[in-house]
Amino acid sequence: MKQGFLAICAAATALLAASVAQAGTLDTVKDRGKLVCGVSLATPGFAAPDDKGRMQGFDADICRSVAAAVFGDGDKIEFVPTNINTRFQALQSGEIDMLSRQTTQTFSREASLGLDFGPTVFYDGQGLMVAKSLGVSSAKELTDAAICTLPGTTTAQNLSDFFRTIGGKFELVVFESPDENRAAFFAGRCEAISSDRSDLASIRAVANNPDDYLVLPETISKEPLAPAVRQNDSNWRDIMSWSVWLLMAAEEKGITQANVDEMLKSQDPDIQRMLGVTDELGAMLGLDNKWGYNVIKAVGNYGEIFERSLGEKTRLGLTRGPNAQWNAGGLVYAPPFR
Amino acid sequence: MSFLNDMRFRAFCYQIGAIGLVVAAAWTMFATASDNLAKQNIATGFGFLARQAGFVISETAIAYQPTDSIGRAILVGIVNTVKVSLLAAILGTVLGLFVGVARMSRNPLLARSALAYVEVLRNVPLLLYLFLWYSLIIMVFPPVKQALNILPGVYLSNSGLVLPAVFLESGAAIFALLICAGIAAAILIRRISQQRRVATGKSNHGMAFACLALVLPPLILWALGLVSFGWDIPQAGRFRLTGGLHVRPEFVALLFGLLLSVSASVAEIVRAGIQAIGPGQWEAAAALGLHRSRVMRLVVLPQALRLIIPPLTNTYLTVFKNSSLAIAIGYPDLVMVSNTVMNQTGQAIETIAIFMGVYLGLSITISLAMNWYNARVALKVR
Repeated sequence: MKQGFLAICAAATALLAASVAQAGTLDTVKDRGKLVCGVSLATPGFAAPDDKGRMQGFDADICRSVAAAVFGDGDKIEFVPTNINTRFQALQSGEIDMLSRQTTQTFSREASLGLDFGPTVFYDGQGLMVAKSLGVSSAKELTDAAICTLPGTTTAQNLSDFFRTIGGKFELVVFESPDENRAAFFAGRCEAISSDRSDLASIRAVANNPDDYLVLPETISKEPLAPAVRQNDSNWRDIMSWSVWLLMAAEEKGITQANVDEMLKSQDPDIQRMLGVTDELGAMLGLDNKWGYNVIKAVGNYGEIFERSLGEKTRLGLTRGPNAQWNAGGLVYAPPFR
Repeated sequence: MSFLNDMRFRAFCYQIGAIGLVVAAAWTMFATASDNLAKQNIATGFGFLARQAGFVISETAIAYQPTDSIGRAILVGIVNTVKVSLLAAILGTVLGLFVGVARMSRNPLLARSALAYVEVLRNVPLLLYLFLWYSLIIMVFPPVKQALNILPGVYLSNSGLVLPAVFLESGAAIFALLICAGIAAAILIRRISQQRRVATGKSNHGMAFACLALVLPPLILWALGLVSFGWDIPQAGRFRLTGGLHVRPEFVALLFGLLLSVSASVAEIVRAGIQAIGPGQWEAAAALGLHRSRVMRLVVLPQALRLIIPPLTNTYLTVFKNSSLAIAIGYPDLVMVSNTVMNQTGQAIETIAIFMGVYLGLSITISLAMNWYNARVALKVR
């Protein structure tokens, strides 16, 4: 019901907002003095406040990198927790300047929702988790099983597609709240729980005994998670995209939060351009020339962000997998800075 | 300028003005919204209803497959909403009637228990009760692997109740026809017997004949072998029971939550209605030698009904709207299906418009039906 209410509010906002901000988002953000970024409702690893109330997580740091690019200060930012149903409306109506919320880039979203996606920041895929005691080793064995999910956009559809492909049936049990969904799975209401693999890792992390559960090997969908901005604002989209690519390129070049000051003296022309020592890349986007330096100084490089929030030392314990650099067997590949 | 001072003319102008304002406001909203959506390149219109839904719905009262259209999926949601609220309203009313009468009992234990029941139920938000019932079901009952086999073919687990299902193998059409005819005949017989009883003052066996009219035709058909029944017995599959009739825990928890909340409101409405009937009625009926329970059934309740109907309408409207809380515990009602649709298509305004329209339409239907019934039982003043 709460979701319904929020959705209605979002619809009402769209109805009533007499004129949607058509001016460049960069100017709007600069005038306001802070970036407003839409993130998840408390999802550990991606966006959740810590005990001091500071928003932590992978998605939150992506937001901070853009704030640092614009203001030279990653903390000139306001986080707006967005609901899975209203996240796009929040962006469309101008309530937020960018959306960084575990959102899968899809054709129909890009084509019909009035938004543009940036680079993929996390290559995810939908998986299934079962109790080890079930004795199942492949998702294909799950015919006739009950599967718990959240009312995700693509989650239910991917499952339907998967079972249609293997010619089986299943019972879908959909919960609005992640807590209910987890509780029902752990109580045995469903044989399996399905979500993005990163999410399954965090569900498994909160189980009484994580070793009792097994994430099945099949990845039944591609879920490239990407940040998004409103359509038809090229400049703002460039700022978001290149801030993200900067994080990735910095990892490739070995620039870290700790050594970025020394890197200013580096003789590598790529590093010199990225950190604004030579050339004027920042000015081309309407930013300060030291934007690259500011971004790394504020949040570190892509690898650091990943390890800090999602990596093997965290509760989620994810390996880099497809999110490793292209020269290390992964898909992370930033275009050149020149 | 005398007509400016005419009350009726001025009232007319005010009304026209008010309507004009509302229409203008609605038009402005509509125009701004479509303008904004067009500017943002957001698709509008209801064309998405014909697109393939692509998602599974766990509980379908009408045939549905993921390959069906989104419109069909929404219809499944509507049917689910109506199914659970209708059942909750009927069962809740019956239960509430008993609790309400018990509230008025002279037995202090019974009266106090009924009071406690009402207060406990109506002073806690329904949503919390839904969570409670649902958690109880999935925590208390064993997982489906260790389902309790209560009766042959009947299994109880935290995935719900599974029963053997009966279906007609042949002769479904004629069977349905005869059942309808039987119901019509039963109603007719009952009416005639009632008229005769009023006319003669003697009791007759109308009730028995009416029951016969209901049961006999299908029995004869079956004996003649014109229809045959098949059984769908639940089978243990690898993970869960397949076949048979499934009553899912989400449905049970929602039905329970709703019907208990309805029963608490109905109990209070019934008590108010009974207390509004003057003590003179009780005394007069007692003077005729009627037993207290017959006084209640034959004298007080029929009169109280007139006072009970209007607030009852409110209760029914509430239960219908409260069924949207289903989303919290995973019952696929209209709101849940709409949310999935909204997520898939991104067409929030259209989807919300549809479900608001459905709720409004069905609520008005309930109101009209109740008003019709109210007019029927109201005191006839000629």
